[in-house]
Amino acid sequence: MRKLLLSAAAAMILFSGTAFASGDTPKAPAQKWSFSGIFGTYDRAQLRRGFLVYKDVCAACHSLDLVAYRNLMDIGFSEAEVKAIAAEQEFRDGPNDEGEMFDRAGRPADHFKAPFENENAARAGNNGANPPDLSLMIKARLRGPDYVHGLLTGYKETPPKGVTVPEGMSYNTYFPGHQIAMAPPLSDEAVEYKDGTKPTLDQHSRDIVTFLAWTASPEMEVRKRMGIKVMLFLLVLTGMLFALKKRIWSDLH
Amino acid sequence: MSELNLKNPVLKWIEYRLPIFAFMKHETVDYPTPKNLNYWWNFGSLAGIILVVMIVTGIVLAMHYTPHVDYAFASIERIMRDVNYGWLIRYLHMNGASMFFLIVYIHMFRGLYYGSYKAPRELLWMIGVAIILVMMMTAFMGYVLVWGQMSFWGATVITNLFSAIPLIGDWIVSWLWGGFAVDNATLNRFFSLHYLMPFVIFALVFVHLWALHVHRSSNPLGIDTKTDGDSIPFHPYYTIKDTFGLSVFFLFYLGFVFFAPDFYGEPDNYIEANPLVTPAHIVPEWYLLPFYAILRAFTADFFLYWPISWLMSAKLAGVIAMFLSILVLMLLPWLDTSKVRSGKFRPIFPYFFWIFIADCIFLGYIGATTPEGWRIIGGQLGTAYYFGHFFVITPLLGWLETPLPLPESISAAVTKEGGES
Repeated sequence: MRKLLLSAAAAMILFSGTAFASGDTPKAPAQKWSFSGIFGTYDRAQLRRGFLVYKDVCAACHSLDLVAYRNLMDIGFSEAEVKAIAAEQEFRDGPNDEGEMFDRAGRPADHFKAPFENENAARAGNNGANPPDLSLMIKARLRGPDYVHGLLTGYKETPPKGVTVPEGMSYNTYFPGHQIAMAPPLSDEAVEYKDGTKPTLDQHSRDIVTFLAWTASPEMEVRKRMGIKVMLFLLVLTGMLFALKKRIWSDLH
Repeated sequence: MSELNLKNPVLKWIEYRLPIFAFMKHETVDYPTPKNLNYWWNFGSLAGIILVVMIVTGIVLAMHYTPHVDYAFASIERIMRDVNYGWLIRYLHMNGASMFFLIVYIHMFRGLYYGSYKAPRELLWMIGVAIILVMMMTAFMGYVLVWGQMSFWGATVITNLFSAIPLIGDWIVSWLWGGFAVDNATLNRFFSLHYLMPFVIFALVFVHLWALHVHRSSNPLGIDTKTDGDSIPFHPYYTIKDTFGLSVFFLFYLGFVFFAPDFYGEPDNYIEANPLVTPAHIVPEWYLLPFYAILRAFTADFFLYWPISWLMSAKLAGVIAMFLSILVLMLLPWLDTSKVRSGKFRPIFPYFFWIFIADCIFLGYIGATTPEGWRIIGGQLGTAYYFGHFFVITPLLGWLETPLPLPESISAAVTKEGGES
């Protein structure tokens, strides 16, 4: 029996592509991002707005486990701001000297507080669906930034003719299979911006994508800057080595 | 050959008891090398260097990595975020694996084209095939350590293949897993073996070099070195040529590390392993795709399977074919019946050489995509051609083809061309 199950599992795994990959999900349109290209950097104002979108909207359901509050200092938040942001959350800590667990205000060293205690709580609160952690979302999807932007702007209130969407689900153009358990999270003016940027759905999506691109690859700016220096160094070195090679080999024949 | 003339009394003392300096001078500085090697001969030393890069970065990564199902994924993200230059070390290691395979594949195809595997270098070649086998095992286990979705499900698919072995298959699978599923015990042993196997590769590389230094490098003309004029000392000629090649290679390698570190990776592997959710599309890393395609080609209606269908299941046939697709290389020195080594002097062989490369790339494409429609037949034809190349085309071609006349010596050929050597 176990052998049968194993073979069945292996066969399913080997050929499972067939069932899913033949979907009619269109590619999300390519967008321009401040962080693409070898000179790309994260737009600081956009990161701040993106953080606001996460805090006001996404954080209600999605965790950001891999990011600590102190990391926000890397993108221009001051120490005082970070302390204040962390202190808004309560964390369970302990045991103290009496052996009791206690609640305390968040500190910069804490990681972003998850909205749910565990997966079961998350599912119970979300119609059975488990909202994924967003820390690495941009790296965990093909053409991540474009896909997430497409997903956030790709909701249709009325699905195309002949498609029925079950109760509690929404229709999304770019989600594989089109049925998504997340109700449209953003809309025009969903989040209030203080820097005068127009709070459109498209703008919100771009801002949160930029913020999540940073949470996924916080090293990107350092990496690219170092890369340019390394490449320039190597180009010169390669040229010199080539000249040296020519010279050493010139006494042959 | 200049004499070793040590002045330093300490070195002299050592040399008298262990003649290591004479050995090093003989094998690395004076080592006579054919003067006509082209740039395809750079890839052997490149492979050795990237092996060292992998071992060094790997040892540092192991200092920060936790081989436990609950912490593995998070510990790698900690390396990426909190360890000083951890992202650099990790990306060097991750892309280094792809570079290692790219270099070794080019190294192998160079051997195939110039007949480097032919007498008296058969054993040298076979040790090389052993190296690529251990490399594949090492890479597979290393990929599992990330403990992402593709790590977990890749490990499940590959280890499950052994269940195709009759009678003891299930027992072997449980033994590999150390339990009844890919779990903590599996991760732990893969970590242990992933740390061990590079040193096995290192030892094999040493033997590979030992065998190389007996009959020395072959060359693009495929003829033996006859006079002193055919060879040049390794240093400075090939040390500078290899260093230049290394610098070009690093431009390529570090270009990926700094500007497209996830180019070779699967997005799914940035999702932590979850035994309850199967990814839509399980694929191995690019360097294993052709072999994956050969594995999948064996279905009940595959014409290569018919003759053996009374003997074994299609799945077992696929597993055997997958291993055979690499082991067949061990037989190549005897399957190739041609009297000359180099493809340069074989009028028809180069066409089949390039068709074979195209077939390998095609199988890679088939391995990467879902097996449906024409791709099923395509993969089966590609697989049949792969084996046909070794078992039919290679022996026949040696008999049917008339090689072009060989030059008298390397020096004669070089002077005649009048060009650069």
